[in-house]
Amino acid sequence: MIEKQINQKAWFMVLPVFLLVAFSAIIPLMTVVNYSVQDTFGNNQFFWVGMDWFRELIHSERFHDAFLRQIMFSGIILSIEIPLGIVIALAMPKEGWGVPVCLISMALPLLIPWNVVGTIWQIFGRVDIGLLGHSLAALGIDYNYTQEPIAAWLTIIAMDVWHWTSLVVLLSYAGLCSIPDAYYQAAKIDGASRLSVFRYIQLPKMQRVLLIAVLLRFMDSFMIYTEPFVITGGGPGNSTTFMSIDLVKMAIGQFDLGPAAAMSLIYFLVILLLCWIFYTIMSNVGEESSNGGV
Amino acid sequence: MTFNWMAWTTPTATFFIVIFCMLVGMTIWEIKCPGGAPRQSILHFETTRGDRLFVSLLGSAYIHIIWLALFASLSLWWAFAIACVYALCVFRWV
Repeated sequence: MIEKQINQKAWFMVLPVFLLVAFSAIIPLMTVVNYSVQDTFGNNQFFWVGMDWFRELIHSERFHDAFLRQIMFSGIILSIEIPLGIVIALAMPKEGWGVPVCLISMALPLLIPWNVVGTIWQIFGRVDIGLLGHSLAALGIDYNYTQEPIAAWLTIIAMDVWHWTSLVVLLSYAGLCSIPDAYYQAAKIDGASRLSVFRYIQLPKMQRVLLIAVLLRFMDSFMIYTEPFVITGGGPGNSTTFMSIDLVKMAIGQFDLGPAAAMSLIYFLVILLLCWIFYTIMSNVGEESSNGGV
Repeated sequence: MTFNWMAWTTPTATFFIVIFCMLVGMTIWEIKCPGGAPRQSILHFETTRGDRLFVSLLGSAYIHIIWLALFASLSLWWAFAIACVYALCVFRWV
């Protein structure tokens, strides 16, 4: 009988990644924790304030508003992009010349940098020179994203859907392609409807990739900064000031490092909790359905 | 190499040393009893002891924040005591 060899050499392979993460994430995070309990007026001089910044932040209306806007934005984005991505993936051809055409046209928006996407939509939506803004104005629709909060929100949501639905499509398509033909043949023999095929074959098989899609889209939309910053700069008023924009205003604009650090930590905790909840729910739903013998 | 730029204070240093000791402790525990002791929690999903530590720490952070939000004038040590009891409950039942 072969005895199992215990080899600890793999730890050394992990060391470079650990060092990289330490320098890029752990040490900066520790610094943020240190800043969050102190006040500074520059010149690397800090004064202990305890939990004051956290107390102030938790009771601040500005933080509540930015947080609610952020939750609302992520909720809207997920509820549009996930179903839309699945529908497009289902409609895409599985063989023939249409496959590369669809895949490439889907991948195109993903290749464009965030600030360029922001600029494209900023110009696209302008009433004077933009195609969208000008066309809507010609149709008699009152649309001006620099002055009306609803128009600004619609523009940012449309931009995000345009930019990121492709990611959900590509992930769902990969999930769909991995389903063996035997499943469809069995469904055909049983006389399953199109809806049953989707509900009992395609959706369970896509669960893993959808988990990744939801997590990626949630995290990305929850920390969105560049695009709304380029399009609206957080305006009109504060209507599109999401948490990241508010955080940058506080940390760099006002140089309030202490409150900004406290806000970063609460932001971090919210993301950590929501991701944990998403991950736990979706991985357990996946296990239950695979145990159920679908 | 100095760490002045990180603006260390005794309480935050103590906080990180305690977290580091917890991780070392969990590693020693894992070496003594490998496998992570998975079990079905009262929340109807499987957890290992690493999950339990994560849930304890995350929950403790929220307990402190909620305490600050609701009882800003009272001592934060009460929140710490609640968090300790919460962590014990998580390790016992979750």
